[in-house]
Amino acid sequence: MAEKILMKGNEAFCEAAMRGGARFYFGYPITPQSEIPEYMAAHMDEIGGCFVQAESELGAVNMGIGAAAAGGNVMLSSSSPGIALMQEGMSGLCVCHLPILLVSVSRGGPGIGDIRPSQADYRQATRGGGNGDYHLITFAPTTMQEAVDLIYEGVALADEYRNPVCILCDAMMGQMMEAVELPEHKEPVMGDAAIRAYKPWALTGQGDRAEKNRIHAMPWSPEELQESNLEQKVYYDKAEKNLVRYETRDLEDAEVVFVSYGTPARITTEAMEMLKAEGINTGMIRPISVWPYPYAAFDEIGPKTKVIISVELSLGQMMEDVKLGANGRWPVKLISRTGGVLFSSQDIVDETKEILKGVK
Amino acid sequence: MKTVFEYTKGMEESVSTSYCPGCTHGIAHRLIMEVLEEKGVLKDTIGIAPVGCSIAAPRFMKVDMIEAFHGRAPAVASGVRRVHPDKYIFTYQGDGDLTSIGGNEILHAAERGEKFSTFFINNAIYGMTGGQMAPTTLIGQKATTAPMGRYVEKHGMPLKMSEIIAQCECAVFVERVALDTPAHVRQAKKAVQKAFEVQEKRLGFAFVEFLSTCPSNWGVPPAKAPDWLAENMIPYYPLGNFRCPEEVK
Ligand SMILES: Cc1ncc(C[n+]2csc(CCOP(=O)(O)OP(=O)(O)O)c2C)c(N)n1
Ligand code: SF4
Repeated sequence: MAEKILMKGNEAFCEAAMRGGARFYFGYPITPQSEIPEYMAAHMDEIGGCFVQAESELGAVNMGIGAAAAGGNVMLSSSSPGIALMQEGMSGLCVCHLPILLVSVSRGGPGIGDIRPSQADYRQATRGGGNGDYHLITFAPTTMQEAVDLIYEGVALADEYRNPVCILCDAMMGQMMEAVELPEHKEPVMGDAAIRAYKPWALTGQGDRAEKNRIHAMPWSPEELQESNLEQKVYYDKAEKNLVRYETRDLEDAEVVFVSYGTPARITTEAMEMLKAEGINTGMIRPISVWPYPYAAFDEIGPKTKVIISVELSLGQMMEDVKLGANGRWPVKLISRTGGVLFSSQDIVDETKEILKGVK
Repeated sequence: MKTVFEYTKGMEESVSTSYCPGCTHGIAHRLIMEVLEEKGVLKDTIGIAPVGCSIAAPRFMKVDMIEAFHGRAPAVASGVRRVHPDKYIFTYQGDGDLTSIGGNEILHAAERGEKFSTFFINNAIYGMTGGQMAPTTLIGQKATTAPMGRYVEKHGMPLKMSEIIAQCECAVFVERVALDTPAHVRQAKKAVQKAFEVQEKRLGFAFVEFLSTCPSNWGVPPAKAPDWLAENMIPYYPLGNFRCPEEVK
């Protein structure tokens, strides 16, 4: 087993992507993820890859489209207003059926926002922030190790699903240091021969192929566009079947079930211990994939549960999915902060007790 | 028997273009493809089409191609270049695409000295969307969003893109040509040749501006479009070379 090393989140994300085979990174500075372009500028060359500081996030995502269309494995990253600018490209990648790994390190919003942790970009990531019929495959890790493993796997998943894969982190995860075990370097797909063999659809110049390759951002007719969308839906159906991931804890005896992801899930875990000491049994559903969302996890909830509480750093964006999962079987409540403000485990304990007073 | 005319192998023979009668997009397509064919590099070329009438170019040009989002072709080409250091790469962009929504992308591709060639089709109007004003629309020229014609106090002066790009140190080849007469078309072909030579020799960014026709949105009969171009566009957009490295002179 590899050694554990202490790393800052943003830098560990870079290592994970490079080890997973990403060789092309295009970025623009924005806190709390500027360490990502800085780390890539220092290290991409060493492994035969390429870093470009783009003129804007629009430039970055479109460079990403070019490199992905050409058959390269691309990583992009940004934070909230920058991710907003990238939405044209996310929609573009999906209509073109192109893979890309996106790390979104969220800060408070709306607008230019605050540089502290937030989960207010949940809808942007899970509902498709750009135009058209598409999804991003989105994972929301809670620990650094989980983030590293998902980013590493995400490079290959994007290729397999011909779609962007988004790793949704909050600012806390980008900035904090934690011990991680880094995976082995994968052989990257580089050079004409490898790209042609592995990605026969990529633009490499026609070479000895019988036909030219064309990648259409604008299919020619409604029928062609429908066909293109339905082609992508095959991948979405497969994702809903194979990529739903979540963790549950103590659901059988839980009076209260928390649903929480990312950094708030860690704070909630602490609150669960504190509540237990006071004789209140709680359980937790922790979504790891947020699209596709683990609605099935709610079927595992036991008979003693009186209420479900979505614990998140937004005005209840994920709560909409929690309600779909609960499907009217339990009342759904919210514990939340917004704008970059955090709650403590004591806050969660206090607010849970308050909520319990109101449910039978 | 002597062959006096042949289609270029760079264009699809069985697909006719979707351009209006009298439109010179087709001539520009043909020149670029002819030069690539003569170089024998059609199969080593990757093209990036814009949003505009020529979004259809990948259906007509016989090379690997992608359609970029509106104005972003230079960013897309920059990405393609990183993956394929040894291919021929070009962007083909209209004036709305390149000077307006894509002003930032083209400027920074030029600034970085990207090793690809940009072919810029300036027809002084938004073609595909039906004749709205572009940054290149001339003073006095009518457009659906400038129904009284463009005038300085309200709309400012038309952008001279070649002159702007020529200010970038790493844009080593910049030339403005026109597609109104056979003599100008022959000159235009030479500029295309040089633009690819600059790329081949990795000298820097190459930019060719074609003054082109849009009879449909100028409200001019197709046969009169070349004259309209010569009388109205060339006086404001002077033809000629703005920058050329020694190596390709
Ligand atoms: C983001 C976005 N904005 C606007 C449009 C609509 N649109 C399509 S083509 C076009 C103008 C293209 O004009 P130009 O670049 O001059 O090319 P031409 O059609 O004249 O060749 C516009 C505004 C679009 N497709 N995407
Ligand atoms: S609208 Fe104008 S630019 Fe477009 S094809 Fe017709 S003439 Fe050409």
